[in-house]
Amino acid sequence: MTDKNKLGMIFFILSEAVFFIMLILAYVYFHYFPPSITSGPTAASSLDPGRTFIFSLFLFSSSFTVWRAEKSQVQGSLQRMRFWLIITILFGVIFLFGQSLEWSHLFSQGTGISTNQFGTTFFTLTGFHGVHVTIGLIMLAIVLGLALRGHYSEPGSVGVTVISWYWHFVDAVWVIIFTIVYLLLLIR
Amino acid sequence: MTEIPTAAESAHPASEAGEYTGLLGWVSSVDHKVIGIMYFILVLFFFLIGGIEALLIRIQLAQPRNTFLSPTAYNQIFTMHGTTMIFLVVVPTLIGFAVYFVPLMIGARDVAFPRLNALSFWMVVFGGLFLYFSFFAGGAPDVGWFSYAPLSELPYSTTPGVNYWALGLLAIGIGTVTGGINLIVTILTLRAPGMKLRRVPLFVWMVFVNSFIILFALPPLNASLVMLIIDRLLNGNFFTPATGGSAILWEQYFWAFGHPEVYIMILPAWGMISEVIPVFSRKHIFGYGIVAGSSVAIAVLSFLVYAHHMFAVGLGNPFDIAFATASFMIAVPTGIKIFNWIATMWGGKIRFTTSMAYAVSFLVLFTIGGITGVSFAAVPIDWQVEDTYYVVAHFHYVLFGGTVFALMAGLYYWFPKISGRMLSERLGMLNFWLTFIGFNMTFFVQHILGLMGMSRRIYTYPNLPGWASLNLVSTIGAFVLGLGILVLLVNMAYSLRRGKVAGDNPWKAWTLEWATTSPPPPHNFDEIPPVRSQRPLWDLVHPENPDWKHAGD
Repeated sequence: MTDKNKLGMIFFILSEAVFFIMLILAYVYFHYFPPSITSGPTAASSLDPGRTFIFSLFLFSSSFTVWRAEKSQVQGSLQRMRFWLIITILFGVIFLFGQSLEWSHLFSQGTGISTNQFGTTFFTLTGFHGVHVTIGLIMLAIVLGLALRGHYSEPGSVGVTVISWYWHFVDAVWVIIFTIVYLLLLIR
Repeated sequence: MTEIPTAAESAHPASEAGEYTGLLGWVSSVDHKVIGIMYFILVLFFFLIGGIEALLIRIQLAQPRNTFLSPTAYNQIFTMHGTTMIFLVVVPTLIGFAVYFVPLMIGARDVAFPRLNALSFWMVVFGGLFLYFSFFAGGAPDVGWFSYAPLSELPYSTTPGVNYWALGLLAIGIGTVTGGINLIVTILTLRAPGMKLRRVPLFVWMVFVNSFIILFALPPLNASLVMLIIDRLLNGNFFTPATGGSAILWEQYFWAFGHPEVYIMILPAWGMISEVIPVFSRKHIFGYGIVAGSSVAIAVLSFLVYAHHMFAVGLGNPFDIAFATASFMIAVPTGIKIFNWIATMWGGKIRFTTSMAYAVSFLVLFTIGGITGVSFAAVPIDWQVEDTYYVVAHFHYVLFGGTVFALMAGLYYWFPKISGRMLSERLGMLNFWLTFIGFNMTFFVQHILGLMGMSRRIYTYPNLPGWASLNLVSTIGAFVLGLGILVLLVNMAYSLRRGKVAGDNPWKAWTLEWATTSPPPPHNFDEIPPVRSQRPLWDLVHPENPDWKHAGD
């Protein structure tokens, strides 16, 4: 592969992955190996895995829809690409809405970023993920805007492909965060 | 710009570089050479500031119980000196050289993402300005360049200095990552026809490997910075033990960045040495593959040695032994390189230009810094000398005797290409000797001071036997060193106007950047010579005996 845009995105994603690994490690450290016992809310006492799972399904599915958008562009069907882009953006927005419900639920219980280690690590981790989803949405919106103006009609254009990789990455990060923060609660 | 340009204007190089001229032309430029030169101006500016800070430190320490600086001012100045020299001088200089020379050396028109290139540069500029704005906003950071928690946390650092430190470095960190991505993609996709990865100049190889270290080492810094910012601005609980946080976590995260950073600061310098020594020895580099390959080994190992900064923490024997072993191991590929360079000079026809003088003294000084570095891998020695002037002497031998001497070699070597004029050799040798003598006077005695027990970062010291005289020697040395740098500035100012015109290839070097004019035109090359070996310009001049006729590449 010698396309500079594809390579650039791959290395950007690798670098971002390390950033998220550091934040996830901090969560795991304070959650599973706390250096000292602290009182206050925990993941088990505050989080609702069921509701977050439903909203997560939208983000997981959006990986499929963005893949369809990419394929449609390669096949030269701009109409279908726009459709799948709109669906992807919609799913992303629904996921963010779910996140905002989760956050306001925690705020209403009096749990914030300064409450204790759970609050600090949880809001940092999900907050930075949310920022990345938002950036992905902005990029998808730009792609959609360009598509509506008739760009990407040539099959060789890599813009949609590159943005879709970023979106898959944001999705994959959420698979890991959801597993560590929510799913493991059910097992314990 | 509605006026139609005249023929003369459209022939002017500036109009090819961008649509603006003058200062705006510089600021808006995305040409890798213009951005490279802006990096040089930026680092020169911060190098002078960081140097003045160093002199202030040395004045304060010139004699026992000195009262030249207050303790607070002293803490701020050594913190800013370290932060400036690492993040605003050494790393941006190396990236500046890479941005300027990598496209020329691989025969490309520009970097892969010219606008991203400009973004990287301006992030560093504004990060630096932000950091220095702290002086006007309640005091500069005063917790050392690695800002250990909990000292860097709100209860112990109530002024906003650390906030500026963290946010400024975050901006610089983002700029560095994007710079690294840009260089990797440039080297992978824009090489001239025939230039396989095994044929690129070693400077490009080192930049390539180095960019991967940047890619994976800067995110831990950025992550620890945002965590520190969350602690300080949003009352988070990452690093404050009093509320259940972990101060050790900061050390782990910071050094996971901090030690690879050491290699980020030396690898491109090795690349410069690998260009300069062959050209001034009139010999091909000895063991191209070994020099390139050992850099990959170093890049991998550099992520596995960081906790030798933390032996004094008490993480336990298994932990200490693992990191001690890796730290011993990394000395092997490093030592191999030294032998490669010596073997390159062996039997060569050495020309002792200023550039070569710097390169040769690099070998000596860097070896001294390397040996003291290996001594830290031995845990008991580390415990004995941790946080003394022995450490200060060690890393100045690595970063000044190593990196800065290599940068000087690179500057004297490439200045003709950048400016079109030669630096004066007479002033150059004066600059070299003052710098060499001043540097060794300043820092060699600090080894002894450290072994005698003088702690780093203390603003003054009692009049113990020998301390006063050794510190005075160090301070005098620092001023000799400062004089040496002053001569360099004079040399550059003089040579830019009156220097001998360089021509395309004043050193009779063999890599592609010398195939174009000095300075290169905005489009870099009118014609790229065929690349059939590691030394395309040698092949061009010696058609009867080209490199590619011999075995290998």
